Amino acid sequence: MTTDPQSPASTQAHAVGVDVDHVSVLFPLYHGNARSLKKTVLAAASGRLGQDGQSRVVVQALRDISFSLRSGDRLGLVGHNGAGKTTLLRMLAGIYEPVIGRVRVAGSISALLDPNLGMSMELTGRENIRLRGRYQGLPRSALKRLEDDVQSFAELGDFLDLPMRIYSSGMVIRLGFALATAIRPQVLLMDEWFLAGDSAFLAKAQARLEDMVRGAEILVLSSHSEEIVHQWCTRVMWLDQGRIRDDGPADAVLHRYLGRAPVGRPRPYPAAEPVAQSG
Amino acid sequence: MGATRVAAAVRIGYALPLMTYVAPQTLELHRRPPAALLDLTSDMTLRARMVHAVADLHAGLGLLRLACLLGWLDIRLRYRGSVLGPFWLTLSTAVMVASLGLLYSTLFHMELHEYLPFLALSLVLWGYISTLVTDACTCFTQAEGIVRSIRLPLSLHAARCVVRNLLVLAHSVVVIVAVFAIFAIRPGLEAALALPGIALWLADSVAICLLLGAVCARFRDVPQIIGSVMQIAFFVSAIMWTPDQIGGEALWLQLNPFFALMEMVRAPLLNHLPAAVTYASALGWSAGLLALSGLVFTRTRGRIAFWV
Repeated sequence: MTTDPQSPASTQAHAVGVDVDHVSVLFPLYHGNARSLKKTVLAAASGRLGQDGQSRVVVQALRDISFSLRSGDRLGLVGHNGAGKTTLLRMLAGIYEPVIGRVRVAGSISALLDPNLGMSMELTGRENIRLRGRYQGLPRSALKRLEDDVQSFAELGDFLDLPMRIYSSGMVIRLGFALATAIRPQVLLMDEWFLAGDSAFLAKAQARLEDMVRGAEILVLSSHSEEIVHQWCTRVMWLDQGRIRDDGPADAVLHRYLGRAPVGRPRPYPAAEPVAQSG
Repeated sequence: MGATRVAAAVRIGYALPLMTYVAPQTLELHRRPPAALLDLTSDMTLRARMVHAVADLHAGLGLLRLACLLGWLDIRLRYRGSVLGPFWLTLSTAVMVASLGLLYSTLFHMELHEYLPFLALSLVLWGYISTLVTDACTCFTQAEGIVRSIRLPLSLHAARCVVRNLLVLAHSVVVIVAVFAIFAIRPGLEAALALPGIALWLADSVAICLLLGAVCARFRDVPQIIGSVMQIAFFVSAIMWTPDQIGGEALWLQLNPFFALMEMVRAPLLNHLPAAVTYASALGWSAGLLALSGLVFTRTRGRIAFWV
């Protein structure tokens, strides 16, 4: 083990992939009145409340999840509200660290969970673009390109140099979307908010989004829309109260989840060939 | 082997700087082997936790420019639309120093030209300590939105908090300079001794942010306790009164961490040499703070996202 881990040779040692091994994520409920909160949450998440060793009330957001994804996989997450879809995305993004089990993700990750990530309404659009670039750790040279790219897509004109608080809600969405889709990761984690929006905007956004999805080697998409999941995903995982209830080919799982054949035509975008690894 | 592991872990999950930005037209460039590896396990040994904590600090250091930008934006947004902006702080400090200086020099029967420079320096430095400590309590909870939407080193938020308070301090320093100029006080060679003190302050500042940020995210009562402690500390740490007034530097005063740290920077600037016991106390308390902060941060780093 004398190789320098920072050298390109050793970074190439891993292929892009996601490995989740018996992961559970538990949320401790510390704040507020635990008792009344307990009642509230009990109704929503029956059977998912327990007490940990120190008799704190915890919610088991994810229970014993295991799966692997390789380059080219497009995984759709379906399930009711509170089934653990967003928690699973956050876990894959490294935001929530597993309480039990192990998660490994090789590849640059981008999690599109919050459209307004780090955007401040008091700053101008341009300042927000730069700020996002820095959050994502882009080198200086890329910041200018990011700015140009977002500027041309969002079509905000002179508004780009005005504070965002005077933007219309549509303009805020355009900017947020343009920013989120400008940075291309190898592992793309997407929450359903992303596909919301007025239809006129969606039509324009579609091509850009498809481009991004196609560019990612691995896609994990959480959505309530069977159409979108059916269209984009090759594999579907059905989460129920934090557990994997079903996992398999998109068609079969969606059929069981919906209790009928899913509408829409599958149109998965295969990832491009993985790079030939040199050295 | 150990060093390799640490170096490898330094990249764990924080390899964001290596993330490629590719404009849609040049998509093909993106097809390259993974630049980042995220590997998170539960049931980590203390050693593994330490590796992660060090990785966090290392990655935070790499994002220092971002921390400075965020800290500066915080200040700018706080004073948005105000004519004087952050110079309101300068003004209010100046008024406070002038009025308290006149009042207390009369009460204490002290020469104004001796007391006022001391008071100006003390109040400005104390202003930094007290706002930093109060701010430290919310350094993670305030960044909740970001903490829960992107994996960033937590030390970035601590650094942001320190930068913000240093910028505020920089605006108040004007008052010290003015008072020193008015009373023709010229810091001598001793003033250079303030530099190690300032370095120690910086280390302690980051440590206190990581420590209080984590503790206050978990226990929401702590900020209130900290507030009361700082109030008391203000009165017992020789800010308004000089150590001479209680007949020299008593041991209980020297053992007060706030006094020792304050004296390490203040005394050299007033052309005094801090006592050896002051240095011992300041270094001892700082070592304790750094150790405790390191321990707490190592233990809680992975849980903070759940708490904020």
